[in-house]
Amino acid sequence: MQSQATYNYKVVRQFTVMTVVWGIVGMLVGVIIAAQLIWPELNVVEWLSYGRLRPLHTNAVIFAFGGCALFATSYYSVQRTCHTPLFAPALAAFTFWGWQLVIVLAAVTLPLGMTSGKEYAELEWPIDILITVVWVSYALVFFGTLMKRKTSHIYVSNWFFGAFILTVALLHLVNSAESPVTFWPMKSYSAYAGVQDAMVQWWYGHNAVGFFLTAGFLGIMYYFVPKQAGRPVYSYRLSVVHFWALIFTYMWAGPHHLHYTALPDWTQSVGMIFSLILLAPSWGGMINGIMTLSGAWHKLRDDPILKFLITSLSFYGMSTFEGPMMSIKTVNALSHYTDWTIGHVHSGALGWVAMVSIGAVYYLIPRLFGKAEMYSVKLINLHFWISTIGIVLYIAAMWIAGVMQGLMWRATNIDGTLTYSFVETVKATYPYYTIRLLGGLLFFSGMLLMAYNMVRTIAGGHAVNAPVLVPSAAHA
Amino acid sequence: MDINDLRSMITLLSFVTFIGIMAWAYSGKRKQSFDEAALLPFSDDEPVDAAWQASRKNERIAP
Repeated sequence: MQSQATYNYKVVRQFTVMTVVWGIVGMLVGVIIAAQLIWPELNVVEWLSYGRLRPLHTNAVIFAFGGCALFATSYYSVQRTCHTPLFAPALAAFTFWGWQLVIVLAAVTLPLGMTSGKEYAELEWPIDILITVVWVSYALVFFGTLMKRKTSHIYVSNWFFGAFILTVALLHLVNSAESPVTFWPMKSYSAYAGVQDAMVQWWYGHNAVGFFLTAGFLGIMYYFVPKQAGRPVYSYRLSVVHFWALIFTYMWAGPHHLHYTALPDWTQSVGMIFSLILLAPSWGGMINGIMTLSGAWHKLRDDPILKFLITSLSFYGMSTFEGPMMSIKTVNALSHYTDWTIGHVHSGALGWVAMVSIGAVYYLIPRLFGKAEMYSVKLINLHFWISTIGIVLYIAAMWIAGVMQGLMWRATNIDGTLTYSFVETVKATYPYYTIRLLGGLLFFSGMLLMAYNMVRTIAGGHAVNAPVLVPSAAHA
Repeated sequence: MDINDLRSMITLLSFVTFIGIMAWAYSGKRKQSFDEAALLPFSDDEPVDAAWQASRKNERIAP
């Protein structure tokens, strides 16, 4: 084999930089809509109103920030664990430009009010087609790289990335089945109706959480936690069981989004049972990640990147305990439609998804730009503490607000009338909305620090493509 | 045999499959292969740290 061959880091660099850029954009929109809930006067024009910016926020943080992080980390680790450059580099470049186009189109159409109204799948039919083309290309590049690998094993992170890519393709195709009506304004109708439409949507919605926001980021965890800790994963056997148990169980948990609706009761119960079972594989994975540090806990003290990665696993453990608990019908009767759900989502999205991505991006930037480490390790440490405090303020405020709303909504007088009108619960929530905005602002400022640190690191460096590894005898 | 028997059988089959995966993953025969796979991220210029290598010196490990 040619010893001069290098890994394809160009597409990794592009996605890595855009992860930070879209993270800032998505979280800024989050801060704006959090402020709009406190000061409704901020809804100045219709295309900057809460209803249109909210799907822009979710799409930007999940698919732009999270998506770019997943593309970058999967392309980086699949090459390095397969000892071969990416398959079809032109197609890999297309996935970058195609994905950026999807994001820009989302940023144009959502504020214009073009939406299919399906949560996390709001984008209209022409963009859905573009997503499909980009995603199939992504699958070809990823699985093509696996097929031309020079190693006998497929490392566990690639199993998780592979499951994420395949399942998101399936979810997107089924949930976005629709009849186009007009090209401009973009408009379509769903192929499903009534409760079937709701069930398909939440089968999609929960598996977007399970496969996009969990399996994909577990792929990051299984590569970057061992690398940053300097030791292999705690138990490879556990990772195998973790993989199969997680992907089998997540598929069936969607109905917990539709408790006490027109969905048949037995379907709700199936969703609840599978959500409860999910605790086991989720915690298995969390323990496997955290215990990788076993015998080297001292590294946490002075390595802020490791702090990000390990804290992300702690938040993963917390939110995967909270999720099954909230899926229990009686708990859901209190929590559903309240801000508790928003708190739960952000403990997963900020605590787990964002922190593991931030850790991986801090790992990647110096290696992609020919530096030994980031421009300022102290700033990474500051970023870590600012974001951690931000998350805690955010989720604690939403827990209190959510439980309070749930209790106020269900309170009745002796004669059976409601104790509180809805607007009284809104009024009672204002202080917590303010604390949430503060938490969000802190997390957002952390991203600005990261951008500054990234720019300073890149400024003095040059693009580096590491040479392809010659597999050692033991791995051949 | 009605459809509910088939449904129960699917549940059983899934359970047996899970037990099978557990047995396969934890069988002694797989150990060496999994140990090799676990070291795949380290077959580069940034190997596992010295403390970890020292803790495993009695076992056969890949460099």
